[in-house]
Amino acid sequence: MLETIERTKTQKLWREFSRDKVVLASALYLVIIYTVILLFSGLIAPYSEQFSDPTLSYAPPTPIFIMDQGKVTWPFVVHYERKFNAASYGFDFFPDYSKTYPIHFFVHGDSYKFLGIIPCDIHLFGVKSPARIFLLGTDVNGMDNFSRLLYGGQISLTIGFLGLFVAFPIGLIYGGISGYFGGRIDNAMMRFAEIIMSIPSFYLLITLAAILPSGLSSKARFALIVVILAFIGWAGLSRIIRGMVLSIKEQEYVEAARSLGGSSFRIITKHLLPQTASYLIVAATLSVPAYLLAESGLSFLGLGIQPPDASWGNMLREAQDLSNIMLRPWLLLGPGLLIFLTILAFNVVGDKLRDMLDPKSHGRQA
Amino acid sequence: MPIYLYILKRILIAIPIILIVSMISFTIMRYDFTVGPIRININGHPVQMMEQYRFKNPIDPLAALKENPQISKAAYEHEKQRLGLDKPFYEQYWLWISHIFHFDFSQLKTGHFWKVFQPDLGKSFSGEDVSHILMQRIPNTLLLNVVTLLIAWLVAIPLGVYAALHWRSKADSALTLFSSMGMAAPSFVVALVLAVVAVKVGWPPLGGITSDDFNNFTMLHKILDVSAHLVLPVIVLTISSIAGLQRQMRGNLLDVLEAEYVRVARAKGLPEKKVIYKHAVRTAINPLVTMLGYDFAGLLSGAALVEMVLRFPGLGYTALEAVRQTDTNLAMTVLVMGAILLVLGNLVGDILLKIVDPRIELQ
Repeated sequence: MLETIERTKTQKLWREFSRDKVVLASALYLVIIYTVILLFSGLIAPYSEQFSDPTLSYAPPTPIFIMDQGKVTWPFVVHYERKFNAASYGFDFFPDYSKTYPIHFFVHGDSYKFLGIIPCDIHLFGVKSPARIFLLGTDVNGMDNFSRLLYGGQISLTIGFLGLFVAFPIGLIYGGISGYFGGRIDNAMMRFAEIIMSIPSFYLLITLAAILPSGLSSKARFALIVVILAFIGWAGLSRIIRGMVLSIKEQEYVEAARSLGGSSFRIITKHLLPQTASYLIVAATLSVPAYLLAESGLSFLGLGIQPPDASWGNMLREAQDLSNIMLRPWLLLGPGLLIFLTILAFNVVGDKLRDMLDPKSHGRQA
Repeated sequence: MPIYLYILKRILIAIPIILIVSMISFTIMRYDFTVGPIRININGHPVQMMEQYRFKNPIDPLAALKENPQISKAAYEHEKQRLGLDKPFYEQYWLWISHIFHFDFSQLKTGHFWKVFQPDLGKSFSGEDVSHILMQRIPNTLLLNVVTLLIAWLVAIPLGVYAALHWRSKADSALTLFSSMGMAAPSFVVALVLAVVAVKVGWPPLGGITSDDFNNFTMLHKILDVSAHLVLPVIVLTISSIAGLQRQMRGNLLDVLEAEYVRVARAKGLPEKKVIYKHAVRTAINPLVTMLGYDFAGLLSGAALVEMVLRFPGLGYTALEAVRQTDTNLAMTVLVMGAILLVLGNLVGDILLKIVDPRIELQ
């Protein structure tokens, strides 16, 4: 009986969720981008994250031809050479039409680990060297933007969830203790949270990022950036949790738990915090994009993920130079668009979840 | 509680907050402390658990000063003395704070009251006084943020009201989608795109807050020049502000329209315009006023990145310059100044709320 009620409730929620086409499209986008980037980026990317062809710096997206001498053929590319152009007084790319390189599927290339464990060197598509297939052009080092977009996504898309794993437990426990005990403890703890909140977060962020030792390995740097982001993020959450706990703890069942001799820790973790779950789901969906934004801002300024490791933020770094964007718009396009779409999708889904879990709110909190 | 007492109380609360922020920023920029060694006795045998370890910020706060040929040897020694780098960590902090609260009471006799408070914040790497740099940059950031807030409110409130009154209409869903997009677009990407457009079109001017020959302009020309330089950063910042505010206003008004007193107002036959603008909108705006201080905080942080991309000489740009060049004096002060601006923003928000909504009890 209980099960059927549960199921119909889930079905009802799902029906409401899927009625809105924009919401459904956003959720679908998130599922696809996470699956592709976390599981299949090695397979789909034609080159590895570190691959670079120094002779093809700032190459534009490789054109793919489907017509050869007036006839439709299997798609192919041609080899490009970077040569000095006396007419424009700069370096330009000259195609060499004498030999064509057809696009092959499931070719052997740079080795990577499929699903992160199985060593593998098969790529979804590729062309024979010396021709290259750069779907989104290359950066200053001749690294393939399309491949790096996929590899960089692994960092940019996971940093939000990693940040949540650090910030949420701190915020939950801190807010729970503060709200449960109340009085002086509450006062002191909330003052401290306010102090953290009264430092403009971005200023604190760049200061902390700047003092990271320069000799760190890329993994350690990534971990420290997550910790820094979480260190800034927990305070706001703890205040809201504290407010919720303050009102929940007045309920009779908490009184009952206390008179049965439940310890404070048990009451906080078993009886009070689970009540905040629906808020937490919404808060999580809405704060993942905040982490993504902070990471990309930080990396954009050169204080986050360091090259040669890729992240969407540090790929945008090349776009800092305005002449670069005007002459080579592909540098901005890929990462900029993906950051925008991902944040948008998270926001849309988060708003819908909030409306569903709290029908009274009309999307009030931004 | 009368409002002046409340303001006084809030300022008193702010002092320890800012002191602790100053400690945090000092620690970040110049941490140097030793941990251990830890030894414990097990059955009378001393066992070393941990060796002595010294955590020290690798950045030498004087390195760039030493290399700057414009800085004389004497000035360098003076700065070294002033920072007290040979002294323990906590004494250095004390020195820093006492230099900030530097009063010169002899100025009272000459009648220059504003010269009594002369904070000595040390020198930036360029050799310029930090206080001098901040005096130039802070007004720019304030100007940018205040103008942005004003425009955002003027545009977003009517849009929010319109969306709420036409709930679930085509215009409403378009506005909702638009505001979602406005909030999702990273400000620095928007700034980059608009900067490219500005360069291609040739207007508005990019970078700085004044033109090169600003000093020769007439008064009117000066105002126009500064306004033109504000156009780009203000547009970038208002896009996300408008999106957020519009959404909140819409939500608040929808909540209020369901309230009993609105029904009462309608029932007693008030014209619909009066019901909405005199009763509903007025109440729906209150939570936004509370959020004003918070908005200001968000703006301050958001503006930092945009200032950097658009080369706008504000506090954020200064912060990035300082942090990149590990200019410790400047970086520490900017962090504290940011916190002070934020606390002040919150205070102004609360006072405004009291003015807008007299029912609020100050405590």
